[in-house]
Amino acid sequence: MSQLQMSENHHIEHDSHHEEGGHAHATLRGYLTGFILSVILTAIPFWLIMNKSVTNPATAAAVILAFAAVQILVHMIYFLHMNTKSEGGWNMLALIFTLVLVVITLAGSMWVMHHMNANMMPAMSTHDMRNMP
Amino acid sequence: MSDAIATTLPDGKPVFLDTEARHHPENGTLLGFWLYLMSDCLIFACLFATYGVLGRNYAGGPTGAELFELPLVAVNTALLLLSSITYGFAMISMQNRKTGAVLAWLAVTGLFGAGFLGIELYEFSHLIHEGNGPQRSGFLSSFFALVGTHGLHVTFGIVWLVTLMAQVAKKGLTAANQRRLFCLSMFWHFLDVVWIGVFTFVYLMGVLP
Repeated sequence: MSQLQMSENHHIEHDSHHEEGGHAHATLRGYLTGFILSVILTAIPFWLIMNKSVTNPATAAAVILAFAAVQILVHMIYFLHMNTKSEGGWNMLALIFTLVLVVITLAGSMWVMHHMNANMMPAMSTHDMRNMP
Repeated sequence: MSDAIATTLPDGKPVFLDTEARHHPENGTLLGFWLYLMSDCLIFACLFATYGVLGRNYAGGPTGAELFELPLVAVNTALLLLSSITYGFAMISMQNRKTGAVLAWLAVTGLFGAGFLGIELYEFSHLIHEGNGPQRSGFLSSFFALVGTHGLHVTFGIVWLVTLMAQVAKKGLTAANQRRLFCLSMFWHFLDVVWIGVFTFVYLMGVLP
């Protein structure tokens, strides 16, 4: 009986330990921090674009993309509770692998298609195309 | 090292107690669901890439600067962000085992989600009514494909949320229901992450000259 009791205790201990390692404990503080950071990181890009504060479009695009990247990071940490230890590191590994594929897909598509577009004859109109051999 | 304990019942039958937790069903589910989300991420990556390529091909039609109403997009962003934090409150209530509070926060989350969808549908119907449907130009085709796919995800998220509310109301916060609430939490926050990409890449960058 005492052995059973012991094993039970051991099991409970193991469970609570597992919960911390496997899935992060959600806290009010964590969610509120994430929320406030998100509000700030959302409001600034909207304000920049709606007020036309940055005149150079390329600079404006770079700035709001940087804000988006930071906000995605904030969501990952505070809302999705990502860390290097969740699920024994497999969550992070899957995320990194996915990010590599996402970057290849996005950057690759735009790079290739931009070059194809740039190498088209620029002055060609629909009328010219109709008269092509 | 094995933690298994061997003991004997009073009637002499041997019993082996497995203390190494090899039976956490929620473990596999959460990792599996994360892998699903990552594959979903790739779907969105393809749609973003399509929009990145076609987003400036207006075919003589209206541009993003002419069509997008940023105040409306800002309201939508706020609704989705608020629904994220209210879902977080539902998860905290779940940890404190308060069934009523979980249901209440889930209902609030669902209402914010429905508000988001309502505004998005209004925007879509407005665009289509003006003759700027997906068939108008490459820009609008890729716009409807990307934003529409996100909207569909939110729709199914709400269907899932209502289903879970019914299950929690009926059976309480059982281990299975907690696991489901965890999965929906990841799904819901993931949609908010995708929306960050949408409002930045499509709406804000779309109105730039």
